[in-house]
Amino acid sequence: MTAKYAYYPGCSLHSTAVEYDASFKAVAAKLDIELEEVPGWVCCGTSPAHSTSHLLSIALPIKNLALAEAAKATQMVVPCAACYSRFKFALYDMHHDQKIGDEVKEIVGSSFQGNIKVLHPLEVIAKLPAAVLKENVKRQIDDLKVVCYYGCLLTRPPKVVRFVAGGQTPPEAGDDVEYPTTMDKILENVGINVLDWSYKTDCCGGAFALSETDAVLTLTQRILKNALEVGADAIVVACPLCHANPDTRQAEINAKYNTNYNMPIYYFTQLMGLAFGYSPEEMLINKHLTEPALLRNVGKEQSRMSW
Amino acid sequence: METAIMPDAGFLKRLDNEIKVNVNACYQCGKCSAGCPMNYAMDLTPAQLIHAIRLGLKDLVLNSKTMWLCSSCQTCSTRCPQEVDIARVMDAVKIIAVAEGVKPQVPKVIAFNKATLRNIKWFGRMYELGLICDLKLRTLEFFKDLGLGVRMLRKGKLKLVPSVSPGRTLATMSIFSRVSNKEGQTKK
Repeated sequence: MTAKYAYYPGCSLHSTAVEYDASFKAVAAKLDIELEEVPGWVCCGTSPAHSTSHLLSIALPIKNLALAEAAKATQMVVPCAACYSRFKFALYDMHHDQKIGDEVKEIVGSSFQGNIKVLHPLEVIAKLPAAVLKENVKRQIDDLKVVCYYGCLLTRPPKVVRFVAGGQTPPEAGDDVEYPTTMDKILENVGINVLDWSYKTDCCGGAFALSETDAVLTLTQRILKNALEVGADAIVVACPLCHANPDTRQAEINAKYNTNYNMPIYYFTQLMGLAFGYSPEEMLINKHLTEPALLRNVGKEQSRMSW
Repeated sequence: METAIMPDAGFLKRLDNEIKVNVNACYQCGKCSAGCPMNYAMDLTPAQLIHAIRLGLKDLVLNSKTMWLCSSCQTCSTRCPQEVDIARVMDAVKIIAVAEGVKPQVPKVIAFNKATLRNIKWFGRMYELGLICDLKLRTLEFFKDLGLGVRMLRKGKLKLVPSVSPGRTLATMSIFSRVSNKEGQTKK
C-alpha cells in the first residue's frame, strides 16, 4: 500500500546535498512511499535563527508546517537532521507554551492546527517490515564495510525529538539516544556490512563549517579516526551537515594532523539505492569531494562476473 | 586581593523571561562540561557559565566566549540529571548579549548568523554563494575556502544564481518584520 507524505527537502537538498534528494526519492519509489513537496516552502531558520530570536526560530518552521497542513498533509518527512530538529522544537514549544503558540499563529497568519507529524526518512523506512526491504534487494554490496553516523540532532534531546518513537501510533520505545541502531538495522536488511563504533552521535562541528572552521577540523578528525580504526571503508550519514563537514574538510584535516584520510561519506539512501539495483550514476556517487573509486563501478563488474 | 563582585539580580529575571529554564536546579555535577565537544575552546565551561548566571555575574557571562562556541549539539541538555536545558540557556545568553550591545568575543559566529538570516529574509531559501560572499564582506577573509568553493561549484553543489520567487520572499520578509514588531512590543 502506498504511504503518502508531504516532503520538506530543506535548502541543502536543493544545493549541497542533491545526491541525498535524488537517492531518497529513488528509494522511496521502490518502497511505495509517495512524496509530495510542500508548495512554497521556506528555510527553517537553522542555527542562526535560534541563536538570534526564539520567536523567529519557531515561526519559520511553523510557517512550513502550516503550508503542509493547507495541502492536506498529516505527516511530513524531513531528510535534513538540522531542519528535522527545528521542526520538532517548534512543535514542542508550541504545545508547551501557550503564549508563544498564540504569538506564532499571529505571525504566520494561519489557523495552524498542529496535528501534523514530522518524520525523518529513517523513521519512515523503519516502519516498513524488514521483508519489504529484503525483497527489493537486487544487488549484493558485501565487500563494503561501513559505520553509521547519526550526528547530534536526530536523537537529541529525546523528550523533544522522540526519534523513532515519535512516528509510531501508539508510541513505542524509541531508539537509544546515545547509541542508536535504526540506520544500522536498515542497512543490514539491504545486505550492507555495518561495523560497531563509538562516534555514532558525536558532534562534527555542524554549523561552524564556515565560521569556526578549525573546530570542525578538530571534531571531524576524531570521527574519521575512530571510523578508520574499527576498519570502516566508508561512513554513512542521514544529514547534509554530517555529510558536508567530513566530506569537504579531509584535505585540511590531513594537512593539520599529518594524516592520510581518504574516507568516502555516503548517504544511507545512496547505499540502499545501489542495493536496490540503481546505478552509481543514478545515485550521484560522483558528487562527493572525497571519492575513492570504491563504489563507482558497482553493478558494472558484477554483471560481467555473474553472466 | 578581594575581587569586586557586583551581582545583578535582574539578569536572572531577564533570562527567565527569555526562556523558562530553572538554572537554580543545577548542582554543579559537571556532566554538561564533560560531554561538551567544544569545551576545549571555551573560556568558561558550560557548568561554570550556569553557575555565573546563578551568581548574577552578568558582565562575566555576557563577555564570555562560551555561548558563541556552543555548537547546539544538545548533549548537555540531554544528559543533565536536573533537566536544566543548558543549550537553551546558551541561546538566551547570546540573544541578551546582542540586545545589550556587548561586543561578541567570537565575532565570526555572529557574522555568520547575520549573513544567514539576511539571506533567508531576502530569498526565502538559502542561497549559499550569496551567503558566502556576504560573510566574506563581514569577516574580510576573502581567500578562506576559495579552493573548496570552486570544487563545490564544479560538482554542481552550489548554485550560481539564487532560486527567486516573489511569493516566498514576501513570506519570509513578513515573518521577519512581524517577529521584530512583536519583540519590540514585549520590550516596552
